[in-house]
Amino acid sequence: MSDRDVVLGTIRRSLGVDGHEPARQLAVKARIGQHARGIVPKRGDVTPAARVKLFSEMMQAVHGTVVRVPAYEDVPAAVAEYLRGNNLPAEIRHGADPRLRAIPWRNEGALDVVEGASRGNDLTAVSHAFAAVAESGTLVLLSGVDNPTTLNFLPDHHLVIVDAADIAGDYETVWDRLREVYGVGGMPRTVNFITGPSRSGDIEQVHLLGAHGPRSLHVLVVGKP
Amino acid sequence: MSIELTSPRFKENAHAALDNAQLQKSLVRIGVNYVVRRRLAVARLPEFEALRDRARDIKDHTLAHLDLYLEAYERKVKEAGGRVHYAVTPAEANKIVIDICKRLKAKVVTKGKSMIAEETALNDHLLANGIEPVETDLGEYILQIRGDTPSHIVAPAVHLSKAEIEADFRRVHRNLPASRNLEEPASLLAEARAVLRKTFLTADVGITGANFLVAETGTSIICTNEGNGDLTQTLPKAHIVLASIEKLVPTLEDVSTLIRVLGRTAAGQEITVYTTFSTGPRRRGDPDGPGEYHVILLDNGRSALLAGQFRDILRCIRCGACMNHCPVYGAVGGHAYGWVYPGPLGAVLTPALVGIENAAHLPNASTFCGRCEEVCPVRIPLPKLMRHWREQEFQRHLSPAPVRYGLKAWAAFATRPWLYRPATRLAMKALALLAGKRGRFRFLPLARGWTRYRDFPAPEGATFQAQWKRALKRARP
Repeated sequence: MSDRDVVLGTIRRSLGVDGHEPARQLAVKARIGQHARGIVPKRGDVTPAARVKLFSEMMQAVHGTVVRVPAYEDVPAAVAEYLRGNNLPAEIRHGADPRLRAIPWRNEGALDVVEGASRGNDLTAVSHAFAAVAESGTLVLLSGVDNPTTLNFLPDHHLVIVDAADIAGDYETVWDRLREVYGVGGMPRTVNFITGPSRSGDIEQVHLLGAHGPRSLHVLVVGKP
Repeated sequence: MSIELTSPRFKENAHAALDNAQLQKSLVRIGVNYVVRRRLAVARLPEFEALRDRARDIKDHTLAHLDLYLEAYERKVKEAGGRVHYAVTPAEANKIVIDICKRLKAKVVTKGKSMIAEETALNDHLLANGIEPVETDLGEYILQIRGDTPSHIVAPAVHLSKAEIEADFRRVHRNLPASRNLEEPASLLAEARAVLRKTFLTADVGITGANFLVAETGTSIICTNEGNGDLTQTLPKAHIVLASIEKLVPTLEDVSTLIRVLGRTAAGQEITVYTTFSTGPRRRGDPDGPGEYHVILLDNGRSALLAGQFRDILRCIRCGACMNHCPVYGAVGGHAYGWVYPGPLGAVLTPALVGIENAAHLPNASTFCGRCEEVCPVRIPLPKLMRHWREQEFQRHLSPAPVRYGLKAWAAFATRPWLYRPATRLAMKALALLAGKRGRFRFLPLARGWTRYRDFPAPEGATFQAQWKRALKRARP
């Protein structure tokens, strides 16, 4: 007997079932099919403008920084300002996301822009978030050629662009949007919820930023909600 | 270093822990940091108690249908190009890991934090097969270079001081200048970051645990703060997820409920910095990500637990709140419990996984104050489950003879009111008389365990039952 058979067999013996009960099968199918919402905190159920505000406050509470940018053509200046303010070289790396490619980076003449995944020697990366969640100040990023996952973790500084209109109140709203894109039961290889810069409390319970991931997380909220 | 089972020596362990000044300092800090932070986070969310009920119900529902959810989960993992392996025993789980590593000719394996890997003593097995495991969670890394073991499931190196850690870094990171300043925790963190960065980029296989597995999508989830788990699983050729079977939940909505209670109870966070949902290996067109994705589902006795009175412990989401709030853990720390899982969680789970005959002290190491149950995000009745173990210990004649006969004599006495009442009345009077004006005893036969450390107060006035009777009479004349 395989280990699989032993495990499933023992579970069924313990539960006193054989796995073929129609009522149980139906219950499981319905639960997955309906993916009903549980208790969703009311905190995020506010006007779009208030959602942006809540998102910013929650992100800043965990030491992320947030700026509002009126439109995509203003992004290069905002990025350049961040780099100057942090004494960083004028170099960024981003993925193949069409929204990032369309940004007029050349407006900032000195800015060096490269595309592709990180091999671990970039100081600054720029990603485009799929969405954000106001409830906890969380960014939602998807893997793929558009926004390679390595950009979320290897660079020291992670700059993330999110459309103000994509800031949801709660996680459940993001799951519904994801199902629209990937189909029911479908997922990208990786979904990263990111809530602040990397941190550790493993030495004498002192909270320190910049453990293994980015030391700084800077969010650019573009447009109006 | 793998954890050697020392639960049978709990008493000796506890004495040593009480004499360990550094440990005592850390334990005091847990009581402040974790307890206060949790309380503040909970106060910020009005829906918290309702979320706990929902979290309990999600886990109960999943456990009652676990066979079917496992099958559904497995189908989705396959669809996404991943593989699911079942392991009845830790040895089987280790063998699967080593087979994958050997096939990929892996020399170095990075590891995110995994309590299941502690349960299977995976590092020892990797080393024995010529594969070098590198722990990448800062706390676990420190333990690995010390040859130490975790004393807390969330904060594994919580028992250590920064001076101890500095000494280890100086001993192990030999290629760095001896004159460097490592006084601040920040400089220790920066050094670990730099050292481990190279390992992340060269490792062949990455192993992580899982906080949850989602049947709806075939997704594994890790909730972390450092980002080491993500580097561990993203950069190597293969990602191996080590998880136990009870990590299953039905849907993404269910996970959302559970992460809302997990971050808050574990560390007072709204959510951990990184909550990562992984579904299968690198896809066509992906510029990064692991080429292979394996999930190893360990049973190790859990499927049998579903049958009986201990099923509730399988709801546990490993937040650590029960130990943070436990007066016994707070006095002796995690190592005294003698195995992977300390605190009230360990007092219930360890006997189930290693046998009550090897861990009988643990369910007895409780004041039954009930704080663990009060803070448990999935409302596990931990004191009740500890009591079940005590009953089993008694029934199986595992408790020492004086305890057994003492309890039997007491039971014979306490179940006969006609004997109990007059006898206690007499005894109270006699004790009060013997104590005289001092009103307390410095020494009392059969109560030396008490009087060695403090005086025993003499009874004052009538017995409780007598007073109760009188009060009733006064209330209803």
